[in-house]
Amino acid sequence: MTEKTRTTYRDAVRSALREALSGDDRVFLMGEDVGRYGGAYACSHGLLAEFGEKRIRDTPLSESAFVGAGIGAALGGMRPIVEIMTVNFSLLALDQIVNNAATLRHMSGGQFSVPIVVRVATGGGRQLGAQHSHSLENWYAHIPGIKVLTPGTVTDARWMLGEALKDPDPVFIFEHALLYPVEDDIEEDRTAFDPWKAKVRRSGRDVSLITYGGSLHKCLNAAAELSADGIEAEVVDLRSLRPLDTGSILGSVSRTHRAVVVDEGWRTGSIAAEVMAQIMEGAFDELDVPVRRVCSEEVPMPYAKHLEDAALPQPEKIVAAVKEMF
Amino acid sequence: MSEFSVLKTEQIGRAAGENIELLGQILLIRRFEEKCVELYSAGKIRGFLHLYIGEEAVGVGTMSALKDEDRIVSTYREHGHALARGIPAGSIMAEMFGKANGCCRGRGGSMHLFDRTKNFFGGNAIVGGGLPLAVGLAIADKMQNTNAITVCFFGDGAVAEGEFHESLNLASLWELPVLFICENNLYAMGTALDRHQAQTDIAKKAGSYAMPSETVNGMDVLGVRDASMRAAELVRSESKPFLLVAETYRFRAHSMYDPDLYRTKDEVEQWKLRCPIANFQKYLLQTGEADAATFEALEKKVEKEISEAVDFADAGEIESVEDLCKDVYTPFQALTSQGE
Ligand SMILES: Cc1ncc(C[n+]2csc(CCOP(=O)(O)OP(=O)(O)O)c2C)c(N)n1
Ligand SMILES: [Mg+2]
Repeated sequence: MTEKTRTTYRDAVRSALREALSGDDRVFLMGEDVGRYGGAYACSHGLLAEFGEKRIRDTPLSESAFVGAGIGAALGGMRPIVEIMTVNFSLLALDQIVNNAATLRHMSGGQFSVPIVVRVATGGGRQLGAQHSHSLENWYAHIPGIKVLTPGTVTDARWMLGEALKDPDPVFIFEHALLYPVEDDIEEDRTAFDPWKAKVRRSGRDVSLITYGGSLHKCLNAAAELSADGIEAEVVDLRSLRPLDTGSILGSVSRTHRAVVVDEGWRTGSIAAEVMAQIMEGAFDELDVPVRRVCSEEVPMPYAKHLEDAALPQPEKIVAAVKEMF
Repeated sequence: MSEFSVLKTEQIGRAAGENIELLGQILLIRRFEEKCVELYSAGKIRGFLHLYIGEEAVGVGTMSALKDEDRIVSTYREHGHALARGIPAGSIMAEMFGKANGCCRGRGGSMHLFDRTKNFFGGNAIVGGGLPLAVGLAIADKMQNTNAITVCFFGDGAVAEGEFHESLNLASLWELPVLFICENNLYAMGTALDRHQAQTDIAKKAGSYAMPSETVNGMDVLGVRDASMRAAELVRSESKPFLLVAETYRFRAHSMYDPDLYRTKDEVEQWKLRCPIANFQKYLLQTGEADAATFEALEKKVEKEISEAVDFADAGEIESVEDLCKDVYTPFQALTSQGE
């Protein structure tokens, strides 16, 4: 039951892709350089040779057309997986995502569903500057009609794709680019795997660190540090940003009575802000102190390492925010 | 065009009575929309209402060249496409009334008509937004080895959008069965073609994407029909896209909000001389296929159909507000009809 396989996040994504492609003829992968190049992050390396050009499609640099074509193919009975190299490029496809993928089911009065999966690399920390480093997943989480998953662990990278493909509506999977080389054990038992529920990654009685994706490991590091100082933090991994698992958020806050929300998006209008609002609405009476958040600073991502580090949430900032609560 | 193999017009046979059927469809669209104007003034239809009056021959001619399994992607000016495709007038009217017996249960309105049973994938109100969808539908057909083609309507204004260029390139690059139909009515709202295009010969743009194209007189339903048949045959048999540009004109303003200040009355009157109804009727009289009685009978039939449509819409229930958020997401079991 507790069988485990050690692998990288990248290889987990690739295994998920391979499994999806092998298991269902309707599934195909398309995006920029997913084929011969092997994927900008090598997630699809080797898949072209295995599955051929019809199912591993290198697209021109036409984000709007190939995302829209994915939506059309989904309408036509296929199960496309579309890869967008970096979240900043997804902005060129926003029309198709917001105006078509999210609306077609509703506008058609329930006649058409759009079972597309869009994988997007996201996040900063690699000194790529202000056009390749942002975390815009909360923009997508804002939109009724689509769903948003943010695998923060190797196990989630391995199994979330399959669940997303089973879903009849558009599912966006945001993969933090810093996670691709991370190595960990995959929990092979997927019988109880539910991507739409938040998970407590570490239990603790004193404070809830509520986070997702690339900030999960920062929170776990911060929790370890806090523990050395006698503060036991519970780390809640949201995993799904839409729908948000409000029950798990409120449950954790009700146990710890303190919460810090950690999110790589900019502070203003962030997912953190939404989580805080949900806590205010549903667990205000449980709070011993006001909720805090650690987000990215309000600046386009700078290039220089020390500036980029300063712009992003870091374990030290999380530790400091927690300590101010006691 | 010479390098592309196209069938000759004469090779396309026409069954007896077919022309009368085409005229009937054009009349239905014209009278339906005239009724819409009345109902708009009466406050029964709200929102944006874009009339197709003057352009009917394009939709009717094209649809007559298609098969049931073919797929349609359209624009916000789509009443004519929807009617010509066979979506019942009542279900369209009820949709515009915002009723639950409308084709989209009152969620879409005039600009967003959908009908799964007719392979009609909407009414898209983002200029150019439907083109990528059409490319994707054609990918699905190609990968599933169906014999269907996808027909994608858009206006001259859409040609300025990046999605037009991205989509034509992708369709041609991947050899996808899409028939792109540009309804060139010479205006994008109030902006004339020569004020938004450096190259006003739209068909020429296909050349950049190694795609065959043709320009057809959009006021002549038989010309459109023949050109569509040739194009559809090519798209279907060779599994490659084609751009058909229909030159046409809208006799009415862009929408009910438009004061129509950007063109002269004289220009509009000149185009009205090319009315797709009057000229087709004249032709049918000449060939002896019809007489005054035929036309009168058609008008009667159409009038009855529209009056029934209005009754159907009037009688419809409204969707319960409790169901406001229905159909944002799909109940899992509901997907079985979409290729499962
Ligand atoms: C992307 C986008 N930009 C602007 C508009 C506003 N708009 C609606 S119709 C229209 C003109 C489109 O002209 P054309 O494509 O020629 O179609 P026509 O209305 O003439 O049928 C404009 C500017 C829109 N709906 N979508
Ligand atoms: Mg126009």
